[in-house]
Amino acid sequence: MTAATSSEPMVRVRLPGVALVMVAVSVLVMAGLILLPLYVVFHEALLKGLPQYLEALKEPDAISAIRLTLLVAAIAVPLNAVFGVAAAWAISKFEFRGKSVLLTLIDLPFSISPVVSGLVWVLLFGAQGLFGQWLLDHDLKVIFAVPGLVLATILVTFPFVARELIPLMQQQGADEEAAALTLGASGFTTFRRVTLPNIRWALLYGVLLCNARAMGEFGAVSVVSGHIRGLTNTLPLHVEVLYNDYDSVGAFAAASLLAGLGIVTLVLKTVLEWRHSGELSAGRKH
Amino acid sequence: MSLTRRFVLAAGAAALPLAACSDNKGAGGAGKLTLLNVSYDPTRELYEDINKAFLAGWKGAPLDIKQSHGGSGKQARAVIDGLQADVVTLALAADIDELATRARLLPANWQSRLPDNSTPYTSTIIFLVRKGNPKGIRDWADLIKPGIGVVTPNPKTSGGARWAYLAAYGHGLKQGGEAGGRDYIAKLFKNVPVLDTGARGATTTFAKNGIGDVLLSWENEAYLTLDEFGPNFDIVYPSSSVLAEPPVALVDANVDRHKTRAAAEAYLNFLYTPQAQEIIARHHFRPRDAAVAAKYAADFRALPLSTIADFGGWAAAQKAHFADGGLFDQIYKPA
Repeated sequence: MTAATSSEPMVRVRLPGVALVMVAVSVLVMAGLILLPLYVVFHEALLKGLPQYLEALKEPDAISAIRLTLLVAAIAVPLNAVFGVAAAWAISKFEFRGKSVLLTLIDLPFSISPVVSGLVWVLLFGAQGLFGQWLLDHDLKVIFAVPGLVLATILVTFPFVARELIPLMQQQGADEEAAALTLGASGFTTFRRVTLPNIRWALLYGVLLCNARAMGEFGAVSVVSGHIRGLTNTLPLHVEVLYNDYDSVGAFAAASLLAGLGIVTLVLKTVLEWRHSGELSAGRKH
Repeated sequence: MSLTRRFVLAAGAAALPLAACSDNKGAGGAGKLTLLNVSYDPTRELYEDINKAFLAGWKGAPLDIKQSHGGSGKQARAVIDGLQADVVTLALAADIDELATRARLLPANWQSRLPDNSTPYTSTIIFLVRKGNPKGIRDWADLIKPGIGVVTPNPKTSGGARWAYLAAYGHGLKQGGEAGGRDYIAKLFKNVPVLDTGARGATTTFAKNGIGDVLLSWENEAYLTLDEFGPNFDIVYPSSSVLAEPPVALVDANVDRHKTRAAAEAYLNFLYTPQAQEIIARHHFRPRDAAVAAKYAADFRALPLSTIADFGGWAAAQKAHFADGGLFDQIYKPA
């Protein structure tokens, strides 16, 4: 996703033989690693025909998993978008102590295992955890319920928006904002009329990636889910449940939804890169 | 998604912990109770049928039964961490003991509250081999030969694996006392290429992924595998095994909080009725009810079974074999 195209004008050169071989190898590897599994997902899902496939998606547990996945993403992604914009704004437009610490913290979820991202919430909010007794006394549920799934997802998808925005906003600098402020615009107006239009496509791009990961996350949500069928299984967890139930069609039907989501994300991403490459270029160099 | 909608969602998220408390009791509308049965791995199909039968005869307030499955030890851990199980139906008593000792979710004497040590059915550990038994695996002695791949889950997280371990250890005990048991177990786990966390994961490893020559399996899980994969596998009964008693219990702290005690009690008592015992037998678990057992006698081969008492009871066995630093830790070195 980082080096798809370049904004510099392309120089046409004839490919020497070695380069052709390299291209052929990478195309083959891509086909083997990406297209083949994609084919298998849809092949297995449709193995017993379209009616069976649709039936599998209409199962109450499947519908509940789809709903839960959408709900979790609908909460986690906007929160991370707001956070990502705020963080990128602070980091790229201002100088302050501890800036590099903040940058490192934003990147942390990329470097820790999703299992840990799930387990920390158990340690905090589990019945034996720091706030466990207080939550029980007040009849509040975090772990093994929707809030836990949302927290785990937020933690895992934390860096996507901020990481997309920071390089672009650093490149743009604070000149336009400074100009707006000197002309008497309020802080919020400056943000709305100057900053936001400058970053909107990069923001959308980050939100897309964030959303794809939020809906597809397995490890962290697996830890906090409790695997209650029809209640706390998200779509990726539902896939595992059905696979272990020997329900191949059901498992791959659910998996095909996730694969479909991936494809839609990819298409939107490509369109964005194609239409607005200028406004994304800085973001894609990290 | 419009910007306003986003702000509404964000505001909703801020109020999330408050909203969350309603999601158990309010799941299906006003007044509907939900029972959560937290169970071990191979009972998914069993409890789907049991739940249907129980709900069909249920006369009380509207009731919904939810299931959660996984390795028995892992499930116990989740309940200790706050998974709101109304009833637990786990693979072995030691895991329910943990709920009593570590989190005081139920009284220590829980196992005496229902008939037959709170185990409405029993099972045992047998071998599942590939069709035609190409490696000629007939008994425990064959499992420790060089080049045999044995698939069994992790005894730390899986109840079935602990029963399988004890069945194997029991074989060693008979051969040469404690030293024999230790020796046999050490050799056996040298032949184990991978430890899954639960019985179902191990079955998948063996049956779908084609790893290993023999699966140490719950009897019921072995028959289920035959039903699912048909002619690819054979069942082998060893000369001896273990009487596995998977117990059930009410989680007092949780049912009192959810006001589900009556429904949970009725649910557990239902497991002992002839109707449920029939369902149990059809899923290849060994029923306790004498009449039902007699009816299905042909399905369950008689073989000498050691019991948990032969290993000093679960508390002692857990400490000696499966606790940190126990025999399993001493002999198992991941490849």
